[in-house]
Amino acid sequence: MKKSWIVIIVIVVVLIGFYSMFKGTYNNMVTKGESVDAQWSQVENVYQRRADLIPNLVNTVKGYATHEKETLEGVVEARAKATSVNIDASNLTPQSMQAFQKAQDGLSGALSKLMVVVEKYPDLKANQNFLDLQAQLEGTENRIAVERKKFNEKVREYNTYIKTFPNNLYAGMFGFTQKPYFKAAQGSDKAPEVKF
Amino acid sequence: MKKVLLSLLAVILLAAYTSAQDIPARPNPPKLVNDLAGVMSASQVQYLESKLRHFHDTTSNQIVVLTVNSLNGYDKADFAYRVGEQWHVGQKKFDNGMVLLVKPKHGNRDHGQAYIAVGYGLEPVIPDAIARRIVDNEMIPYFKNNNYFKGIDKATTILMEMAAGEISAKGYNKATEGSPWTAVLPFVIFIIIFLLIRGSNAKRYSMGHSGTSFWTAMMLGSMLGGSSGFGGGSSFGGGSFGGGGGGFSGFGGGSFGGGGAGGSW
Repeated sequence: MKKSWIVIIVIVVVLIGFYSMFKGTYNNMVTKGESVDAQWSQVENVYQRRADLIPNLVNTVKGYATHEKETLEGVVEARAKATSVNIDASNLTPQSMQAFQKAQDGLSGALSKLMVVVEKYPDLKANQNFLDLQAQLEGTENRIAVERKKFNEKVREYNTYIKTFPNNLYAGMFGFTQKPYFKAAQGSDKAPEVKF
Repeated sequence: MKKVLLSLLAVILLAAYTSAQDIPARPNPPKLVNDLAGVMSASQVQYLESKLRHFHDTTSNQIVVLTVNSLNGYDKADFAYRVGEQWHVGQKKFDNGMVLLVKPKHGNRDHGQAYIAVGYGLEPVIPDAIARRIVDNEMIPYFKNNNYFKGIDKATTILMEMAAGEISAKGYNKATEGSPWTAVLPFVIFIIIFLLIRGSNAKRYSMGHSGTSFWTAMMLGSMLGGSSGFGGGSSFGGGSFGGGGGGFSGFGGGSFGGGGAGGSW
């Protein structure tokens, strides 16, 4: 009689122990995963902010820089491409991430080319509207850098969590997979080349 | 072997030292005006410090002024952002910090740099374009004449006016000033109700079950006491914000998102 009670108590305690262990780990994975998703929407926000600035910028530049049709078209095209690539936070895979980054980097390249070209037009550089847009664009680029950095930190936290033992066992069981990082763009360390 | 270990240790120490040198450490005791480049006189620094401290005490917005002789290879925007994040400028609740960074010009070949980093919470009132105008129109003209104090003074005055329009946390300060009462109120109500219930029970039974009435009273008391309950009254943003004793009590926990703008001359 007494012995069976002890056995039952031990089993119950072990079950409760397992349950709370699973529960804690599982909930942590969900929380960390959610914070990655939330940060992803921040990243998309700042990229969208940049895309929203471009029509205004292109129109302002068009009025002054009459010989830069090609560069301006390049920006508009790159913007269209960049805004067409959107990833749902739940669908963050290395492939989709790469496509997103490629499109956005294309736009970054086109924009920085434009910003170098406008140096030739002193009237444009004296235009208050253009100066404001330029400040906004620079600020947006800074925000993109900040949000990307924060995103990578969140992803690192999540990936480290699901990869360390024994969490990696549960992660496989519950279907938690690694999330992709932002990678520094290839050739982004080089300034854009402009031929006059 | 020993030599290798020693040189390895030296390299590690050197790396730690240089990385610590990158961004100036948070001032201790906390100061809002940090003239590390030494471009202002002691009385000018004192004037700005008391001006910004008063602004902080009345509106909770934090403006940090920092002058440095070198950006240590960072871009000015990145440098100002890192200072804001690492010093935790602004209240955690509002993210209402600003960092006004100035790197003075040394000689003709050098470029002077100025940047205003704006915390998340103040981005709506001080958008990048406005920050850029403040740098271009209020600061750089004076900086060109080596009058750093005048430029910083004018810029902070404008920033203060704009920031106060967005987050003027007078209510925030009042709530914390009144906190002794709001924290005590539920207890007072609880004690009154407890005594009342006990009194009525005492009439019915000569020895009342004070246990049950205690909990009823406590529940009623905390319900009547309003949202603050027993938990501990109104909450603070960064935790280190106090304003008491006449000194600047420290930075909050404000966060920056890369907003702001700058210029060079």
